[in-house]
Amino acid sequence: MRDVAIIGAGMIPFGRRDEDTLLEMLSYASLKALDDAGMGDKKVDAVYVGNMGAGILQHQSSIASSLVDRLSLLPAAADVVENGPASGGSALKNGFLAVASGYYDYVLVVGGEKMREVTGWRATDFVATMTHPEVEYPYGITLPGMAGMFTQLYMEKWGVTREHLLAVTLKNQEMGALNPYAHVEMTLSRDGIFDSPDAVVNNPYAASPLHLYDLCPVSDGAAAVILCPLDVAKKRGKACVQIVGFGQATDTHTLQEREDPTDLKAVTLASQQALEMAKLKPSDISVAELHDAFTILEIAESEHVGFFKKGEGGKAAAAGKTRLGGQIPINVSGGLKARGHPVGGTGVAQVVDIVFQLRHELPENRQVKDAKTGLTINFGGFGNNVTCFVLKRIEP
Amino acid sequence: MPVDMELEMFLRPKQYPMPPYPPKMITLANGKKMVVRQAKREDVPAILKSVHPCMFIKRDYYDIVSARLYGELLAFYYHRSKSQFVLMGQVDGFLVGVVNSRMENEKVGMSYHTLAIDRGLRIGSHLFAAKMEYHMEYLNQESVLIVAESPIGFRRWMVEYPLEATTIPHELGGGDSYQLTRDIYFKAKPRLVAGVRPVPQDLLDEAEAEIKFADDDTIRERIAGLKGR
Repeated sequence: MRDVAIIGAGMIPFGRRDEDTLLEMLSYASLKALDDAGMGDKKVDAVYVGNMGAGILQHQSSIASSLVDRLSLLPAAADVVENGPASGGSALKNGFLAVASGYYDYVLVVGGEKMREVTGWRATDFVATMTHPEVEYPYGITLPGMAGMFTQLYMEKWGVTREHLLAVTLKNQEMGALNPYAHVEMTLSRDGIFDSPDAVVNNPYAASPLHLYDLCPVSDGAAAVILCPLDVAKKRGKACVQIVGFGQATDTHTLQEREDPTDLKAVTLASQQALEMAKLKPSDISVAELHDAFTILEIAESEHVGFFKKGEGGKAAAAGKTRLGGQIPINVSGGLKARGHPVGGTGVAQVVDIVFQLRHELPENRQVKDAKTGLTINFGGFGNNVTCFVLKRIEP
Repeated sequence: MPVDMELEMFLRPKQYPMPPYPPKMITLANGKKMVVRQAKREDVPAILKSVHPCMFIKRDYYDIVSARLYGELLAFYYHRSKSQFVLMGQVDGFLVGVVNSRMENEKVGMSYHTLAIDRGLRIGSHLFAAKMEYHMEYLNQESVLIVAESPIGFRRWMVEYPLEATTIPHELGGGDSYQLTRDIYFKAKPRLVAGVRPVPQDLLDEAEAEIKFADDDTIRERIAGLKGR
């Protein structure tokens, strides 16, 4: 296998982009990544698009071929990769393997979703289509509902408290407010969502014990990267980012079939594979982007990846160990919680954020000092399909 | 313009007696304190300055809501509506939202409009709840007739309370009204009605001293910016 580098990264501001079609969003993000890579007239060999819902939300299929045509990248090979909210991670995996195998040299990977053109309840229903079609979906389960049950169990078994969840909310909103690409550029206050009598109204239960501000927003957005062989990237004479580890694992479709529903085995396995491939330990990671669609997931994933022992993740968040400057800065972008969660785009956006970190190009208030390695977890279904990437800064 | 007070008496509807709405303070999710208080007639010109730019924003039907509200505020200013009241929210003195309504008769209220000039902090919901609080707890009405002109309004009023469907025509457009009854209101109150009284004197003084308004571009960005908070 060849070593693979990311030589271009781009993202468009997430949010509610009424004026843009899905194809336009994918195009804008792709052009940014192509420009960032300095591709010029160089053609990409293949395009992988991570997208979960164009067929349902936009009544549109074959978006990868449309994108290639739109970007004048003909005759590049084109594929859509659908893997629920891990679609972005899976698309990147396909691009990575294609370059690593030696079959393609230049690959564009873009992930995106346009979710805000339907009402919130239709978007929630769309996301729920990933649940089990016989024993979950027909009974009205939603992802927030699953997350609520998971949180209750996690609290009982591992001692997570609402204070711990609150620490994640406040941290990620604070960081999102500094990120020009974030959907929600708004800080929250402990008083406003927890302490004051008005907090009951401001931050009501969404899926007990989770409250409104424990959930990520429904977003439009897209992000893209350009991959090529590392030896080609090195010839460019500037710092680049290598994909040094990748892992992916699945778990049972339904939560109730798991021996211990609080055990996110796919997160553990995917991160173990990726770290092993990278020959790194969790303690070697400088910065991480974890899939905090719900605040509990940031805490649970931080434990399953191995940043903290089981039962310690919540306490670590509350103690500031996951903040910028802490033991392991997590979701310095604001995470899904504030950057937003256009489902098919998230896995790529996480990697783009880590690329920015490893190239040391973020402003001081978001840059992890001397960041050398980064890790992402893109969480599909309710942990039934998880991808993990480990990235490393390569000096020129 | 010259006003013939003798003729004016024919043009001005008789008003029902309305006890004042006592101001309250709501802590928003970002920790800022919003003062909710009743607008006086002389406040209207300042309020209109913030409503005006919203009339040209299509997103989420701000144009129709703002245009209608603008007219209703003028009717309030010129004494051309019966028993209308206007409540407003201010943060650091800046106007962040306006709601208005009126007494159709002593028992029934007729809700008009809710305009949030800053978004993402439930300002519209808080002000709508204040409007219902006034109808139910200070005007002691039995019901309020309500329609929504935007999907957000439908979700916030009809779904969250939840309101009761009726076949009573509403003043805004003549469609069937939804209804807030006392029973629905008091059941929803713990979930949806925020605020404490009295308002700390310094905050009240600041709010009453001047109704500040953001510039047009800031208002447009807050309401229709890319982020769509």
